[in-house]
Amino acid sequence: MARQMTGAKMVVQALKDQGVDTVFGYPGGAVLPIYDEIFQQNDIKHILVRHEQGAVHAAEGYARSTGKVGVALVTSGPGATNAVTGLTDALLDSIPIIVLSGQVPTFMIGSDAFQEADTVGITRPCTKHNWLAKDTDELSATLHEAFHVARSGRPGPVLVDIPKDTQFATGTYTTRQEINTSHYEPQLKGDITEITQLVELMESAERPIFYTGGGVINSGPAASQLLRELVDSTGFPITSTLMGLGAYPGSGKNWIGMLGMHGLYEANMAMHDCDLMINVGARFDDRITGLISAFSPNSKKAHIDIDPSSINKVIRVDIPIVGDVGHVLEDILKVWKSRGRKTNKEAVAKWQAQIDQWRAIKCLDFKQEGKTIKPQHALVRLEELTKKYDRYITTEVGQHQMWAAQYLTFDDPNRWMTSGGLGTMGYGFPASIGVQMAHPDALVINVAGEASWLMNMQEMGTAVQFRLPVKQFILNNERLGMVRQWQELLHGERYSHSWSEALPDFVKLAEAFGAKGILCSDPDDLDDAIMEMITHDGPVIFDCLVEKHENCFPMIPSGKPHNEMLLGEAETQGVIQSGGAVLV
Amino acid sequence: MAALKIKKGATSHSAYNLRPTFSDVEETHTLAVLVTNEPGVLARVIGLFSGRGYNIESLTVAEVDHTGHTSRITIVTKGKPQIIEQIKAQLGRIVPVHEVHDLTVEGPSVERELGLFKVAGEGEKRVEAMRLADIFRANVVDTTLESFVFELTGAPEKIDAFADLMRPLGLVEVARTGVAALARGSH
Repeated sequence: MARQMTGAKMVVQALKDQGVDTVFGYPGGAVLPIYDEIFQQNDIKHILVRHEQGAVHAAEGYARSTGKVGVALVTSGPGATNAVTGLTDALLDSIPIIVLSGQVPTFMIGSDAFQEADTVGITRPCTKHNWLAKDTDELSATLHEAFHVARSGRPGPVLVDIPKDTQFATGTYTTRQEINTSHYEPQLKGDITEITQLVELMESAERPIFYTGGGVINSGPAASQLLRELVDSTGFPITSTLMGLGAYPGSGKNWIGMLGMHGLYEANMAMHDCDLMINVGARFDDRITGLISAFSPNSKKAHIDIDPSSINKVIRVDIPIVGDVGHVLEDILKVWKSRGRKTNKEAVAKWQAQIDQWRAIKCLDFKQEGKTIKPQHALVRLEELTKKYDRYITTEVGQHQMWAAQYLTFDDPNRWMTSGGLGTMGYGFPASIGVQMAHPDALVINVAGEASWLMNMQEMGTAVQFRLPVKQFILNNERLGMVRQWQELLHGERYSHSWSEALPDFVKLAEAFGAKGILCSDPDDLDDAIMEMITHDGPVIFDCLVEKHENCFPMIPSGKPHNEMLLGEAETQGVIQSGGAVLV
Repeated sequence: MAALKIKKGATSHSAYNLRPTFSDVEETHTLAVLVTNEPGVLARVIGLFSGRGYNIESLTVAEVDHTGHTSRITIVTKGKPQIIEQIKAQLGRIVPVHEVHDLTVEGPSVERELGLFKVAGEGEKRVEAMRLADIFRANVVDTTLESFVFELTGAPEKIDAFADLMRPLGLVEVARTGVAALARGSH
């Protein structure tokens, strides 16, 4: 059913057709016609953020906690350039979002008009794809294609730049169903020969390990279910990247913890010593591999990824399987079952016993003594007091992020939203707003450091205006903790600009925005304070004053392999050599 | 080892693709990339090469199917096998890219380039330039009493050789189209 309408109306209609219920945005001259249409309808909620970066991160939080495409709406020029960090963040973490940006009218493009920027040019390298919609008749098709590209294959951010005259002009609306099928249809099924080769290796492997990543989450809840079935029926140990936490339950019996630079000792040792590594939807990121030449030297490696460019990019693999994680896991299970559900039980039991020995080192142990709260202790208590709730966690970036990954437990996918690839400070707070919009009754906590949190603190206005009861759990060490840690380990304890001398009073700050502030500095008060935060019906800033010089361990120093982890302070002197210092 | 599979390309399981993926020897490859002819598509391809630090030795682009809005980009690039595989996979990821063909490994192919050469000189040098152009079957497309413009089509090596010979004879300016290439045979 083709209909005539203005471009601005088409935008709203296409969003409805695509099942969008929430848009995060900020108005401006070049998107006024779209805002006029938003004003005249009630199906789509618009959340007014306080900065466009916040809109994009909120859309990311919405997308990651629901599996749906997140939507942000920004104006031309500065509106679009402010969206760039969020787009890049979504690109590196493969998050499906669509950013709609206004643009100056087509006849003014190229004239350095007011609030003109070459948005399509600027965002070309930080989107999966982008479009300049010059023709109203093609606008609706472009919007539907944009949703298709964002969610298909390896998901990612897309941007549609819409000049103001395209919004005003009238054209023919095409529904989602009427669109010609796109040529963009990434392969979902894996090659059955390679899947069979992998199953053969699984049957004989003595020291197998599943190494899973964000691809499992992106593939959908069914993929997580299949992963659980495969892991539990084979009895193989499983580790995950930061991005993949929750795909396999953190309380599951084969779970050996997160791996990587600040991963668990047992997980990294198992990766180093395994004889069969099954990479499911992860990408051998440099936070994971450490020294590449010494990465898991004696293993056969299989890699399941929907993106062919991830395969053999960093680490050479023996069995590449291009396909969607869910489809491939289903086929692996089918083949493995049809061949008689074989594993090398005796050897795998021995391998599990070896992993138990590594686990016995208790690499996450810490001592909470005295009157200062250890950040790890704060998270242990947060975990204990919130685990029974319908809980979603976002984080900022730094030490607190790694501690949150280490000390909180995730039993389900889509419950953990963190900026992994780009490491965007300022991500967590707006992301928590997006998550809360998608899950109004859930307990949404942003585990933050005070420095990261300040980067997008203006979103307090958004949280208060829309009555979003997001909990900002700030581990306040008055330091840029991770920078400080690296300066201690790598730069002769010269703490160049890694502390804040003029932090706000967070309680007063909360009150200034009309929210609740809680200050906690005594370990004895911690539980009560956390309960007060949880039970308060509204946004809370929780200022948790913690030990200022705590370092994040375990740690694989830059330029070192997995089996040379640092477990604590005593081992840190002189371990990072000049070769490692150039790495980030 | 099974070859890297690229859905949009056709390099997988090729008998020509038996070299080790992680060799350290740099190779020159000619890639044919079929794309939708839409605004910005060339910028996407070039941006990929500059953004990821790949080499472009030559690049040609033109619409080859006006009704289907398809353009063909021919890229000559150089890199270790792992990088070449990455380039192909990364090209395949670009949404308006339909097909990526590695003509260097997919089978025999023909490569042609067109060069224009302005040669200025008088007397013996002018005669010699004309004589060599004849040997190379170059055409004269412009002439004055003290200059020629030669047009020469051939494999890139032939264009190189002709340029080397013309240099001492008064070569003033060269324009080259870059390589256009097709696989041999009926497909």
